[in-house]
Amino acid sequence: MAARGCGGVWCRVLQRGPGGSCSASRPRRAVACNARGGAVPLGQSGLAPWAAVVGLEIHAQITSNSKLFSGSQVQFAAPPNSLVSFFDASLPGTLPVLNRRCVEATVMTGLALNCTINKKSLFDRKHYFYADLPAGYQITQQRVPIAVNGSLSYSLCKDNKMSQMVTKTVRIKQIQLEQDSGKSLHDDARSQTLIDLNRAEGQLRVDANISVHHPGEPYGVRTEVKNINSIRFLAKAVDYEIQRQIKELENGGTVLNETRAFDSKLGCTVPMRDKEGKQDYRFMPEPNLPPLILYDAKSLPANVNHQQVVNIDWIHERLPDLPSVKRAKLVELYGILPEHSFTLVNEDGLMDFFEDVVKQTQMKPKKVIGWILSDLLSHLKQHSLTAKESPISSFLLADLLNLLENGDISSSAAKQVFEELWKGEGKTPLEIVKEKQLELIQDQEELEQICQAVIDEREKEVMAIKGGNEKVINKLIGLVRKATRGRANPLLVKQILEKKLSE
Amino acid sequence: YRRGQPLGELDGIPIAVKDNFNTAGIETTCASNMLKGYISPYNATVVQKLLDGGAVLLGKTNLDEFAMGSGSTDGVFGPVRNPWSYSRQYKEKIVPRSDSEPENSNWVITGGSSGGSAAAVSAFTCFAALGSDTGGSTRNPAAHCGVVGLKPTYGLISRHGLIPLVNSMDVPGILTRCVDDAAVVLGSLAGHDPKDSTTVQDIFQPFALPSLTDVSKLSIGIPKEYHAPGLSSEILAVWSKAADLFKNAGAKVVEVSLPHTHYSIVCYHVLCTAEVASNMARFDGLEYGHRSDMNKSTESMYAATRREGFSDVVRGRILSGNYFLLKQNYEDYFVKAQKVRRLIANDFVKVFGSGVDILLTPTTLSDAVPYVEFIKEDNRTRSTQDDILTQAANMAGLPAVNVPTALSGRGLPIGLQFIGRSFQEKQLLTVAKWFEKQVQFPMIHYLSYICEAAFFHPQRACKVSGSLKN
Repeated sequence: MAARGCGGVWCRVLQRGPGGSCSASRPRRAVACNARGGAVPLGQSGLAPWAAVVGLEIHAQITSNSKLFSGSQVQFAAPPNSLVSFFDASLPGTLPVLNRRCVEATVMTGLALNCTINKKSLFDRKHYFYADLPAGYQITQQRVPIAVNGSLSYSLCKDNKMSQMVTKTVRIKQIQLEQDSGKSLHDDARSQTLIDLNRAEGQLRVDANISVHHPGEPYGVRTEVKNINSIRFLAKAVDYEIQRQIKELENGGTVLNETRAFDSKLGCTVPMRDKEGKQDYRFMPEPNLPPLILYDAKSLPANVNHQQVVNIDWIHERLPDLPSVKRAKLVELYGILPEHSFTLVNEDGLMDFFEDVVKQTQMKPKKVIGWILSDLLSHLKQHSLTAKESPISSFLLADLLNLLENGDISSSAAKQVFEELWKGEGKTPLEIVKEKQLELIQDQEELEQICQAVIDEREKEVMAIKGGNEKVINKLIGLVRKATRGRANPLLVKQILEKKLSE
Repeated sequence: YRRGQPLGELDGIPIAVKDNFNTAGIETTCASNMLKGYISPYNATVVQKLLDGGAVLLGKTNLDEFAMGSGSTDGVFGPVRNPWSYSRQYKEKIVPRSDSEPENSNWVITGGSSGGSAAAVSAFTCFAALGSDTGGSTRNPAAHCGVVGLKPTYGLISRHGLIPLVNSMDVPGILTRCVDDAAVVLGSLAGHDPKDSTTVQDIFQPFALPSLTDVSKLSIGIPKEYHAPGLSSEILAVWSKAADLFKNAGAKVVEVSLPHTHYSIVCYHVLCTAEVASNMARFDGLEYGHRSDMNKSTESMYAATRREGFSDVVRGRILSGNYFLLKQNYEDYFVKAQKVRRLIANDFVKVFGSGVDILLTPTTLSDAVPYVEFIKEDNRTRSTQDDILTQAANMAGLPAVNVPTALSGRGLPIGLQFIGRSFQEKQLLTVAKWFEKQVQFPMIHYLSYICEAAFFHPQRACKVSGSLKN
C-alpha cells in the first residue's frame, strides 16, 4: 500500500544582527546582511532604511537504515510504496517505536551546533488532514525539543573576495525530531494526486520566514516561503521576497501573513493555492511515546543496559572534528591560506586527498595546494566526480609532483602529464614523460644550441633587449620553450640567453 | 498437547477476542462501518501470545462501536444480549408487564463495551476472552454477566494491535469464569513488548495464586465517594455485606477517601474525546476501510467517508475532542484535565501509602437493565452514569478486577470491584480469589429450551470465525 517517510530533523536558524542577544524566536534587532557584508539600507534610496528578518526551518533527513518510528527500511529511489510498514500506512493498532540511531544523530547535530541538549524531551501530535499524512497527524516535538539554543559561525566574503572573510554567527533556536510526510505527485491531467509513502522528496528542504521593518520599529508581518530545495533558490527566494515586501509597503500596501511558494523558473514567490487559511494543528502530547530521557556520564544510572540508553557524553567524545576546527588545523599544519582550507573541507574527500598527496611528495604543501585546487578540482567539477572518484590517485599525483620538484620536467610539461593521467590508462607519470619525451633537457650544450638558434633568428628582439628593453627576453624564452616543446627549464634558459646576449 | 508437550497452559483452550484487536487474516471491524470487511494483516501482540500458547480462537466478539459505550448496544452489528436474560434465575423473577408484551422483550444488556466477550464467557462458549478497558469496559460487562473481569495495570500488557480509544488509558482486559483462570491468562500476556513503548521494561514473572486462609494482615479500604448517587440499595447492601465478610474474617476494614472522585467523569470525558479525535483522524478512506463514492475532491471524500463510516456516537466524540484541542481551549480543558488526572492518581497513592492494601467498591450502580430501558437514554448519558465507579482506575493506571458476588432481586449478577496497587496483580488477584471462594457465586442455569435462537444468536453474542461457522 503506502509507506511512511523517513525520520526528519529540523532546526530553526535565525540571523543575528548587531545590538544584542536574541530572544526565543525573533531577534530583537537584526539587519539584513548580504554578500557584500554589513548593514545596507534596502529599498529605494532616499526613503527610510529597511531591515529584514529571516528565519529558516530546515528539514534534513537523518541517514539511518530504518525510519524514525517504524523500523521499515530507508532506501534512496526505491519503487513507490515499496518500503512501507504497517505503521507507515497508519494501520489501526500500530504504535510508534523510536529509532535509537535517529536520536543519536540528532544529539550529534545538536552538539555540533553548540546546542543545549535537553535531557528530557517530549513528542507531540500535530493534526491536519492531507493525503500524504495517513494518520491525520504528524509526530513532532513542539513543546520540548531535543536540542535548543545553539549557534553556527560562518564566514562571508567581503566583495566576493575570498581573501576578505568576515565571521558571523547565526542562532539556532532548536532542533527537533519529527516524522516526514509522504511524497505527493500531482497528476493534473487526470485530476488526481498520487501518494508515495516511502519518504518525501529530497534530503534537504527549507522553509524561509521573511519580514521587513524599519530599524527601531516593531517587526513586520512575516510570510513563509515553503519547500525550497536548493541553497541557490533559497537565496533567490529570500532576496526576492524582501524586495517584494519592501515594494509593497512603500506603495502603501500591506504584507499578508501567508504561505508562498518559490517559482524557480520565474525567480519569484507566489501565494500557494490550497492550504486553508489559519490552521489550528490541535497539538496534543503523543501518548504512545514516553518522554525521551537522555543521560550523560553523571546522570547515567548504575546497572543499565547500554543498548537501552543514549549517553550524551559518549556521543560528544565521538564527534568528528567540526569544519572550523578542521580548517584551522589545515592552515596551521600546512601553511595554506584560509580560503584554501574552505575549499578543501567543503569538497567531499578533497581534504583527505590533499593530505595523502602531501605525505607522498617532497613538494611543499603550499605548492601542492595549487595543483589540488586548480588542476584536480577543475577536472573533477567538469566531470562531476568526487575526489574519491578521481581517475588520478593521490599516489600518482604525488609521483608527478615529485618529478616536477626534482626538476625532471617543467611545470608546463607536468600539466601535459596531468592531462594524460586523467585519461586513466594506467600509465605512471614517468612512463608518460618518457613516451612523450617531456623530460627537461639536462644537456647544457643542447640548450645552448637551441638558445643560440633562437637568438640568431630573432634579430629584432635581440636588438631590443640590447637596447635596454629587458622584458622582451621573455618572448625569447617563450620561443625556446616552444622549440623544445616545453622541455627547457625556463630559469636556465633565461640564464643562458642573458649570458649570450651580454657577450 | 497430544504429544505430551503442551505449548503452555492455554494449549487447546477456546478463547474469544473482542473485535477491536487485530487478528491476521480475520476481519477486524470494531463494530463500525468504517472497518467492515477490513481484513487485518497482523496479529495484536496479545493475540499472538495466545495463539503461540496454543489457544484456539473461536471468534471475534461484538462491542460498542470503537469501544465507545457502556452497553454494547451501539455497534453496527446490533446489541449484545446478556446470557443471563435467558437464565432460569432471571426468568423466574420476571413479572410480565402486560399480556400483549412480546416474548423476550425484556432481555437485558451485557454492559460494555466488551459485552460480546463477557457474554461469550458467560454463555460457556469459551473459557476466556479478551476485552479492552478504557473507562471500565471490561469490568462493567463482567459485573453484568457474572464473570471475572480483570483490568491490568497500564503498561503491563502490550497494546500493540489493540485499536485505540484512549492511548493513555486503554488496556487489554481479561474475562474468565474464575480468578485462577484470569491469573493464568495474565501470565501468558504480561511483559514488555518492544513494539509498545508504553510497556514497562521490568521482567514479568507469571504466578500461581496462593489460596489465602488468613486475611488478618490485610487492610481493605472502602472509599466513601464510591457510595455514588444512583447506587442501587441492593448493590449497597452487597457491598456492605462484603466489607463485613472481610471484617469477620479478621481483616482490617477502613473507610478511606478519594476526594477527587467526583471530578473524574468530567476529566475523563475531556481526555477521552481529545484522544478519540486524534486517533480517529487516520480513518480517511484512503489507505484502508470504508471509502465513500464521493470523489469530487479529496476533502469531500474525507468528509463523506467519515460521515458514512462513523456512527453519531463516534462523530460526537470527535467533535468534542477537537473542540477541546483547539489552541484557545487547550489550556482550559486538556491541560486542566491532565492536572486533575494527576490529583485523582495522587488520591490513590495517598490511600495506598497509608497502609491500605486493596480497595473494595461496587463495579456498577445497579444490575443489568433491560435493553428497552437502556436505550431510552443516549450513549453519552449512559457512559457518564455507568463509568463512574470504574474509570478512576483507568485515570490512575491501576489494576482492578470485578468478582461476581451475588444475584440481584431480579436474578441478575452483581459484582464487586477490587482495586490494587500498580503492578501488584498478584496481591490483587489473591484477595479476589479468597473473596470468590467465600461468596460462591451461583452458576448460570439455563432453561430447557437451550437452543432457542434468540439466546445463542451468532451475530449478536459472538462472531464466529469463518472456518467454524455452522
